[in-house]
Amino acid sequence: MSGELVKFLSDLKEHEALQFVESALSEGVDPGTLLEDARQGMNIVGKRFAEEEYFIPDLIFSGEILKGIVKMLEPHLKKTKEHKPMGKVVIGTVAGDIHDIGKDLVVFMLDVSGFDVLDLGIDVPAQKFVGAIKDSGSKVVGLSGFLTLAFDSMKETIDAIKQAGLRNDVKIMIGGGQIDEQVRGYTGADAYGRDAMAAVNLAKGWIGG
Amino acid sequence: MEKKWEAMSPDEKQEAQFQKLLTPKDPQGNDVKFQSPGAEAAYKASVTRIKDAVQLKRIPDRVPLTLLPSMFPFLNAGMTVQEAMYDYDKCAAAFRKFILEFKPDMHIGAAQAGPGKFYEILDYKLYKWPGHGVAPQHSYQCLEDEYMKAEEYDLLITDPSFYFTNFYLPRVFGALGGFTMLPPLTGILEIYGVAFNFIPYALPPVQNTFKALFEAGAEALKWATAMGMLNGELTSLGFPNILGGFTKAPFDTIGDTLRGTKGIIMDMYRQPAKLLKALEAITPIMINMGLGAAQHTGNPLIFMPLHKGADGFLSDEQFKKFYWPTFKAVLIGLIEGGCTPFPALEGHWGSRLKVIQDIPRGKTMWMVDQTDMVEAKETLGSNACLIGNVSSSMLKLGTPEDVKNYVKKLIDTAGKGGGFIMGNGAFFDEAKPENIRAMVDFTKEYGVYK
Ligand code: B12
Repeated sequence: MSGELVKFLSDLKEHEALQFVESALSEGVDPGTLLEDARQGMNIVGKRFAEEEYFIPDLIFSGEILKGIVKMLEPHLKKTKEHKPMGKVVIGTVAGDIHDIGKDLVVFMLDVSGFDVLDLGIDVPAQKFVGAIKDSGSKVVGLSGFLTLAFDSMKETIDAIKQAGLRNDVKIMIGGGQIDEQVRGYTGADAYGRDAMAAVNLAKGWIGG
Repeated sequence: MEKKWEAMSPDEKQEAQFQKLLTPKDPQGNDVKFQSPGAEAAYKASVTRIKDAVQLKRIPDRVPLTLLPSMFPFLNAGMTVQEAMYDYDKCAAAFRKFILEFKPDMHIGAAQAGPGKFYEILDYKLYKWPGHGVAPQHSYQCLEDEYMKAEEYDLLITDPSFYFTNFYLPRVFGALGGFTMLPPLTGILEIYGVAFNFIPYALPPVQNTFKALFEAGAEALKWATAMGMLNGELTSLGFPNILGGFTKAPFDTIGDTLRGTKGIIMDMYRQPAKLLKALEAITPIMINMGLGAAQHTGNPLIFMPLHKGADGFLSDEQFKKFYWPTFKAVLIGLIEGGCTPFPALEGHWGSRLKVIQDIPRGKTMWMVDQTDMVEAKETLGSNACLIGNVSSSMLKLGTPEDVKNYVKKLIDTAGKGGGFIMGNGAFFDEAKPENIRAMVDFTKEYGVYK
């Protein structure tokens, strides 16, 4: 309905965005519309990040603004399951590694790009990935890892997926700190992505139509 | 020693510091007794090689070689990280074996494992470590959080030391809770009322904190003694430890362990003026941290791990506004004090090279991780010595042949005309020993300048 919120959010104007939502709500604007505007704003943020106009701080800050908006809207929204058009992605930081900044950015970018993301968190054991793939029927798996120890954890996770007979059902991408193409070969993943945008493009290529 | 230290130019100070490195002393201040004339010659040749590479005045006899591992020496010796953190002699023995096996021209000691017992005594909350949330064979890992709150900038800016003792330290060390009850020491001025300042030391929480400090101090000394003996022995065997101390770029000081990544990012948008003021307030502290360490160890190389200035972390504009000015001020402060800053460009820094090359020539050495080495050589490399950049993935997953090819490429490009030290790009935990071997042997053979 209003391009204003889209613009405030995509230009990272926190104060203006929150004020706009507050007054719109008091004027009786439909909270669902406001949420849709916010999503559009986030989409623009994602695009600007992809075009290297925005950087990690802009992504993280836009996420914080969005959190503020959702907090204001939540009491007014009917609990409906969001429709995510792009399919499901299971993601997590592999066993032994507790880093989440990079993984969270990937989750964030996949989410604003329309994927239904199941984030398993950090230090995720191989079997938990296997269980999540089975339960969700997800076709894409993202493994994040920061330290060299993650090379082996990634390999073990992918081996466990193989052993569970699921390897042919999923595409697996890996990324994070010291990961590169050579590590991809070692682990048996389908692709390596250098940053959060690469994760989105890989997932789109596989299941985004 | 004719000219007074204060009257020397940065050039003269640097030269004097390197001369000191060339004539190492034991803790009693006597000349180190080398174990053989060969060891002495090897030591001096290595230091000279590094000096030449850093100063960019002469081409060294060959490309100097360093190995900068994280937990590799311990894992490679068949022990866990946990054992290395709790058994200081075992830790030292593993590191000694590592150095004797690969014989690099410089190393930075075995302090990376650190004293596990010490962390336990102080109930260190900033990290998980083996036996405390991480498996025995894995390295410790940092728990990022906002240990400094968004609204505490004024406290930090006004009195950083008081802020550290009374707010920050009690949050990251469970055993230092008593510090929250201490008054600022700057209130101790004259006889009237002086005693009031000391009342808190009678209170049980404060006394418990001091008991923990005494115990922690004893443990730290035990560990440092083992590390010091190791260094002394390695020196006498001909292997220089070139590390004089450590400091940080002010933006990383605040962004890593005080406000955290997310915290400092919010501050850039929500309270940029406060953040800038705080960065300035801690800049002299970061300079003095390096100068003080160099004085204490008698060793001029000051390591600076660089984090949040990497590509992507900040926009160009943010880098130039928030990261570079105070980082540069620390570099200059260290150089003017006779130190040789040793920053590590962790991750990718390609987009920053043109900015950071603006530094005094021949006064720094930079560890390069994933930045393209040819680009780095053409920019930063015209003013500074570069170290690197054999990758962690190649060391662990590649073949000796892969390593050799890459090392050759490095010597042919980055090594051209000197100003280059062969080394790994990231602090590695795991690697194939034969890959390290290939890196070492090939550098010593092919890296000889003609
Ligand atoms: C900031 C930092 C720290 C901070 C805090 C980090 C934290 N939260 O733990 C502090 C100062 C505490 C720190 C401490 C140490 N660190 Co540190 N640190 C870094 C640094 C500079 C940046 C890491 C970061 O936050 N990146 C930001 C995120 C956004 O990047 P990312 O995780 O890579 O994610 C991006 C992409 O990789 C990708 N991605 C991520 N996941 C996925 C998944 C998929 C599927 C895809 C497609 C893409 C993808 O998208 C993300 C966004 O674009 C790196 C070097 C570097 N630049 O990578 C070293 C680094 C990770 N640290 C290292 C080391 C050695 C240490 C220490 C051990 C040092 C010491 N001796 O004390 C300690 C302890 C280890 C630890 N990290 O806990 C080494 C690790 C090497 C190794 N052995 O594996 C590194 C690589 C530095 C180096 N060059 O040597 N560190």
